[in-house]
Amino acid sequence: MNVRAHMSMLFHLDKCIGCHTCSVACKNLWTDRKGTEYMWWNNVETRPGAGYPTGWEEQDRFEGGWELKNGELELRLHSRARGLSRLFFNPALPTLDDYYEPYTFRYQDLFSAPEGNDQPTAVPVSMVTGEPIQIEAGPSWDDDLGGSNLYAKNDPNWEGVDPDIQAQMHEIERVVFNYLPRICNHCLNPSCVAACPSGAIYKRAEDGVVLVNENKCKAWRMCVAACPYKKVYYNWASGKSEKCILCFPRLETGQAPACAHSCVGRIRYMGVLLYDADRIYAAASAQESELVEAQREAILDPFDPAVIAAAKENGLDDDWIKAAQNSPAYKFVKLWKLALPLHPEYRTMAMMFYIPPLSPVVSTLERGLIKLDLPPERVDFELFDNLDKARLPLEYLANLFAAGNVALIEPILKKMLAVRILKRRQSVYGEVDAQTLALLEAAGTSLEEAEAIYELTTLPTLEERFVIPPYHREAAAELYNDPLAHKGEVGLGYIQPPRRGE
Amino acid sequence: MNQWFKEIEAPAERKWEEFYRNRFAHDKRVRTTHGVNCTGSCSWEVFVKDGIVTWELQATDYPQLEAGLPPYEPRGCQRGISFSWYLYSPIRVKYPYGRGALLELWREARERHADPVEAWKSIVSDPEKRRRYQKARGKGGFRRIAWEEALEIIAASVVHTTKQHGPDRVIGFSPIPAMSQISYAAGSRFLTLLGGVAMSFYDWYCDLPPASPEIWGEQTDVHESADWYNARFIAVMGSNLNMTRTPDTHFIAEVRHAGAKLTVFSPDFSMVAKYADWWIPSNPGQDTAFWMAVNHVLLKECYVLRQVPYFSDYLKRYTDNPFLVEVAGPRPGRYLRAGRLEAYKDVENGDWKLLMWDAQRGPAMPGGTIGFRWQSEKGQWNLDLKDPTRGEPIDPLLSFRDQPDEVRLLEFDDFTTGKTLRRAVPVKYVQTKDGERVAVTTVFDLLLAQFGVDRGLGGDYPQGYDDEEGLYTPAWQEKYTGIHRDTVIRFAREWAENGEKTKGKNLIIIGAGANHWYHNNLLYRAGIVALMLTGSVGVNGGGLAHYVGQEKLANQASWGPIAFAGDWGMAPRQQNSPSFHYVHSDQWRYERGYRDYDSVPNKERLCDHTVDHQARAVRKGWLPFFPQFNRSSLEVVREAQAKGAKTDAEIVQYVVEQLKSGKLEFAVDDPDAPSNWPRTWFIWRGNAIGTSAKGHEYFMRHYLGTHSTAIAAEQAKGWVSEVKYRPQAPEGKIDLVVDLNFRMDTSALYSDLVLPAATWYEKEDLNTTDMHTFINPMQAAVPPAWESKPDWEIYKAIAQKVCELAKPHFPEPVKDVVMLPLQHDTPDELAQPADKDWKKGEVEAVPGKTMPKFRVVERDYAKLYERMVTLGKAVEANGVGMHGLSIPVQDFYQELARRQGRKVDGQVLPSLEDAREVAEAILFLDPVSNGELAYRAFKDEEKKTGQKLTDLADPVRDVRIGFKDIVAQPRRMLTSPTWSGLINQGRAYSPYTLNVERLVPWRTLTGRQHFYLDHEGYLAWGEHLPTYKPRPDHTMLMETEKSAAEAQGKLLNYITPHGKWSIHSTYSENHRMMTLSRGGYPVWLNDKDAAEMGITDNDWVEVFNDNGVFVQRCVVSARIPRGAVFVYHATERTVGIPKSPLRGKRAGMNNSLTRARLKPVLMSGGYAQFTYAFNYWGPTGVNRDTFVYVRRVEEPQW
Repeated sequence: MNVRAHMSMLFHLDKCIGCHTCSVACKNLWTDRKGTEYMWWNNVETRPGAGYPTGWEEQDRFEGGWELKNGELELRLHSRARGLSRLFFNPALPTLDDYYEPYTFRYQDLFSAPEGNDQPTAVPVSMVTGEPIQIEAGPSWDDDLGGSNLYAKNDPNWEGVDPDIQAQMHEIERVVFNYLPRICNHCLNPSCVAACPSGAIYKRAEDGVVLVNENKCKAWRMCVAACPYKKVYYNWASGKSEKCILCFPRLETGQAPACAHSCVGRIRYMGVLLYDADRIYAAASAQESELVEAQREAILDPFDPAVIAAAKENGLDDDWIKAAQNSPAYKFVKLWKLALPLHPEYRTMAMMFYIPPLSPVVSTLERGLIKLDLPPERVDFELFDNLDKARLPLEYLANLFAAGNVALIEPILKKMLAVRILKRRQSVYGEVDAQTLALLEAAGTSLEEAEAIYELTTLPTLEERFVIPPYHREAAAELYNDPLAHKGEVGLGYIQPPRRGE
Repeated sequence: MNQWFKEIEAPAERKWEEFYRNRFAHDKRVRTTHGVNCTGSCSWEVFVKDGIVTWELQATDYPQLEAGLPPYEPRGCQRGISFSWYLYSPIRVKYPYGRGALLELWREARERHADPVEAWKSIVSDPEKRRRYQKARGKGGFRRIAWEEALEIIAASVVHTTKQHGPDRVIGFSPIPAMSQISYAAGSRFLTLLGGVAMSFYDWYCDLPPASPEIWGEQTDVHESADWYNARFIAVMGSNLNMTRTPDTHFIAEVRHAGAKLTVFSPDFSMVAKYADWWIPSNPGQDTAFWMAVNHVLLKECYVLRQVPYFSDYLKRYTDNPFLVEVAGPRPGRYLRAGRLEAYKDVENGDWKLLMWDAQRGPAMPGGTIGFRWQSEKGQWNLDLKDPTRGEPIDPLLSFRDQPDEVRLLEFDDFTTGKTLRRAVPVKYVQTKDGERVAVTTVFDLLLAQFGVDRGLGGDYPQGYDDEEGLYTPAWQEKYTGIHRDTVIRFAREWAENGEKTKGKNLIIIGAGANHWYHNNLLYRAGIVALMLTGSVGVNGGGLAHYVGQEKLANQASWGPIAFAGDWGMAPRQQNSPSFHYVHSDQWRYERGYRDYDSVPNKERLCDHTVDHQARAVRKGWLPFFPQFNRSSLEVVREAQAKGAKTDAEIVQYVVEQLKSGKLEFAVDDPDAPSNWPRTWFIWRGNAIGTSAKGHEYFMRHYLGTHSTAIAAEQAKGWVSEVKYRPQAPEGKIDLVVDLNFRMDTSALYSDLVLPAATWYEKEDLNTTDMHTFINPMQAAVPPAWESKPDWEIYKAIAQKVCELAKPHFPEPVKDVVMLPLQHDTPDELAQPADKDWKKGEVEAVPGKTMPKFRVVERDYAKLYERMVTLGKAVEANGVGMHGLSIPVQDFYQELARRQGRKVDGQVLPSLEDAREVAEAILFLDPVSNGELAYRAFKDEEKKTGQKLTDLADPVRDVRIGFKDIVAQPRRMLTSPTWSGLINQGRAYSPYTLNVERLVPWRTLTGRQHFYLDHEGYLAWGEHLPTYKPRPDHTMLMETEKSAAEAQGKLLNYITPHGKWSIHSTYSENHRMMTLSRGGYPVWLNDKDAAEMGITDNDWVEVFNDNGVFVQRCVVSARIPRGAVFVYHATERTVGIPKSPLRGKRAGMNNSLTRARLKPVLMSGGYAQFTYAFNYWGPTGVNRDTFVYVRRVEEPQW
């Protein structure tokens, strides 16, 4: 057992507002400079939809992630030999059309236009060429666009969903959307790292953050192609790749990443997961239907004495173990099994996790009138026994979070509904009767667990949502500098901006 | 597999990580907030690096409310977090700007005139010159100018207008003070000291829900969002919480997991619909029909087939349901007045005390009605169910069904068919003191008849739920809502069950999507009825949560006197903007009046033009109107004095006689006469010409005198009687438009002068909201950039300049007579027991009774600046207050003078020179931030109600919240009777809990919540009971007649909800928001509608009607209902707007397609809760019932 710690984020999609505050927080902080205009380390997608960059999940085209060939894990992009042959021409790279041409407006014309016979307006111009532009794409172009023939319909996650249901998604009876916020998944088995010919990308042992060393990056851009989530971007100004850094300067000072901090829907949680690095290869190579479970297995129980002992042996201190025990990520992912990785079939072992969302009950049309498709008998929340009546098809969610395995989605939604029923019975009818307990059991949960899920879902304070362990930067600095000297020197000019071409 | 781990192995290699660590390093963080009109009031930390604001993140240190509620943190949204872009962006107004055409005229005039006022006069009195620069408005040609020159032009215009036309031709518009209270007060204080006009916003924005004054006598009072978490059945209607209440939405997401059921009513699948258990896509604007049917089911199943004790008891105690209504004629009449009975004939205010039917003793007079509020003996104005004159308890009958003296057929209106229905109602007889035998019934009995709930009494009652013709049945509503009857019944039953089991934890969250319809008051009433029927108002987690821009000014009691110069004894000229703009921008000329689109029981009787009704409302004292007279109010006083008037009373007497004789006229009676035009217009903190301008293109033509894309024909000729119709409509009424702004928005672009305003990261101010109960500061993270100044400083500079230029023109103080309407929360509420018109000789003209009030004030323009920056002694003498409360503050006033004194005329008074001092004064003198004053406020309320209340303030008497406290951490306001929610010990704010738990009456006629409205206007308009009126359609509105010829596409209903990428227009052109949206202001179409019109996603389209035109790209989606086009509101003309192929000029904005349509019944006044208060009462600026054509545009022309 090779125990390591990972800072993992958790997205409670049932709570997501779709506001993109996270995206702007990130942009202001990290990608608001030349060369990074189109970079959205954090973005929010409307689903069903095309995502950003457009169609990023179409791996037949983009060749991201891993595949199992003859039982062996291989990058989809290339084997090592083929990789060299592709160094100078990589057709799997997304182009500007897959992203968008950044634009702005000639705002200054409003001040400087001479008097004319009509009102001046600030025309849109390209940030690439400076010339007038027709705006035809953007980083959240299909935002809130449920029921779109161009975007929602072309979502690759419809695979396996009944064509009749797919058709209904464009009608009032079933039209729906939800949101998918995305950052770098800081994978356990990151394909970007494996694809980098310069060895510039690494995963930090202390917290699992995957970083592109800006000094070592040589602009091969293999990482851009190899990342199945398209979360590594090429900075055209600096000639380096850049990606989400999980706000490590904030983590190191006990603060949640800016995207999580700013999450006004309070959907994000952050905490330590302990995992067994020795199990990664096996877990990433599991049969498709076993991938999620294998990853859960690789995540360790921080209360297990054997795990604790092994963790200490690996240099993890008590505070980190305690943080792992208090970690909301651990609870949602491992203990309650409510959270899943995005596209486990990419075999990168994404370490950011998602709780899939509930959706409204479908309608039917009768005499041209809309009628909720409810069971005749009165029940607290109708979907509990009728998950097929949820607007968002389970198969669709399964394609996103469970490699198509509906059996992993259903118990999650059911458990969430069971918690809602329990709380309704308590607060409206004032009782937890045998029937309610039976219902909890049927949903695979208990009174105690349901209460705990309720509290962490609705009531958590900042400190409960973000359990950030102490980083002991003094010890890290000590590896190359006397901390006392560091106290006087840090920030004083030895920063070197990465130089192009190095 | 571990080759990518690099820490201990290669520490030196990881030194590069400094690259990002250094980016995150910062020099300073400063707490501030955003002052835009969004109710967020979010606490932010702004990060400064190298003296530059680099980014912002939410502060997360809100004090927690009571246990079991989720915390507020973090508050802030995508728009707020993008604000830092503005500070250094190319759209920032860095310097003062002036229009070149005007500057040339000005500089030339200044060469010839040493006195700037004379120079200004020489320009504006020359029609050629005036036309020259007016036509240039909005067409470029701005030049950077010096502050000094800008101030001189402004002051010259102000002084000239005041002297030539009167001070009430100087107007100012700024919305929603709560978000930056001091910046608002800067302008309103200056204007009020001058005698200028402060324009309302809440009603004009159509954010005011008139149903709230109708039912509760309250402008608006709503739940803080944490209280949503206490609800267990939530109906969200016309409110896209994710978009508009972004920082609060988590409570909705969370309360579902606490066991609440969530139903979302929205014609489109909206962002909030994604959380819903049930999404009910009712047809646009038809929610009234849905709720009327819900009420039908509730009344039948919870009041007739079965009785729910909690519900019946609630109706008896807290609503007007047990009160007696006279039914003399065929229609329900007015409440029976206690003074008409022998038993109560001598009580004070007998016309204003009402009766219930005690189960044992018959007619009985409970306390708490409005007559008790304003009587000389205090202490009987409460909701205790007893007769205060006799001390006997009252056990009121809700219904006479079981013991009627008789059953009578009464008339009820079906506005969908125009038929009159005759339905039986049980009545009892009462003997009056004059020996008259009067039939009465209860409001509850009328309600059952109105909702068609048959109790075997006979008449045109529907035959069960499936009766499609039966008004208000579940089957009836289908043809309006498109929702199946089974869904309505199911909803109603679950609503009832939840209300019964939780004792009223039924919550309606409602917003602009519902409030912007012409008949919004009826829509709201229908929903509120369902709340009251389930005992859900005044309960934590229950009631009506209306969130449309009201933004509670928590410390209004102390802010009011500062903002409206009450400290100097001023009578503020407060104008309801809907009436103002409808009249002055000449929109009234383009229609034949309300009869075309409103449904009334008797079309023959109610056949005048809206503008006539408006004029009558002004002369009866129901609504304000400025300019007030057809000549200067200063001039009128001079005349009076010349005729020998010495005292104020004699001046007023002169005015009244002049008005009666017709020698003096109200300006509203001849709005197009040049003497009656508004002349100088200040705009600050808002977008008055752009997104706030319903009928934008008419503003362009008639106010500004520049280009317009309106093609509508004038129609009013021959339809008006009270108001003079001039054949030629004036173009360009306004001499000077001044805009204070940090960005070049549409209003700035069309103004004559643009002054650079400090942003919210560059000034000090106060900020509160109704969404939470904390008081937040605004602070300067960096100094005002370039030449910008905070609004407080700008108005100070203007005031100083005005003093300087006024000297030769106003060497002595002058007197002004100010016309005021009858005021809510004053004894004026008892002014008009009947609706009579003095002009028609129906009644004597008595100021303050049958006509407006007139107050004489002295204006000393030499001292205007001194007064502006000093807190006057009237506050010391009169105290602070609101809602009729009077709170003594003498000791605190004196203490403030010691803390921040300023010497004026030999006395040391509190200084208001700096915004910080204004903030301290507001906090120190208000009961929500000064515990002793909260105590005194409750003391005053105790005196009025005779109920024990000071215990609510006892624990906080020594609390004082100052500016430094709120800088350190957001502080929660204190429980105070200036509001109606009890929030002690971290309890979440729910409105009217003070009324329900402490028996403090609502400020209405009965002191209770009103189902029934007996103002004569309501009886005439058929809105005395909750009712359904059809939506005005395009054939009624007649604003697509000419466009029909140009049309190639479909006629669609034009819906303008609040948008995701802006707060109104602010942020909309912000680079971040533009990038995350579609780089414009897209037009949303249903996919099938689009296909029929040959339109595909991202095509350019032209949206047009007779009012104007808008050109943008479109978005096509099945989530949009058929027959509607959505344009998320508050677009700017400034960014990315091509020319209109149809109309030739630059296409306009979302308001280019709208215009104001006033609802005359909402002008009813002079009576109980229907008396005027600023932003409280009057018609609203509805805009939702607009129809447009849409067609594809091949190639945009720039």
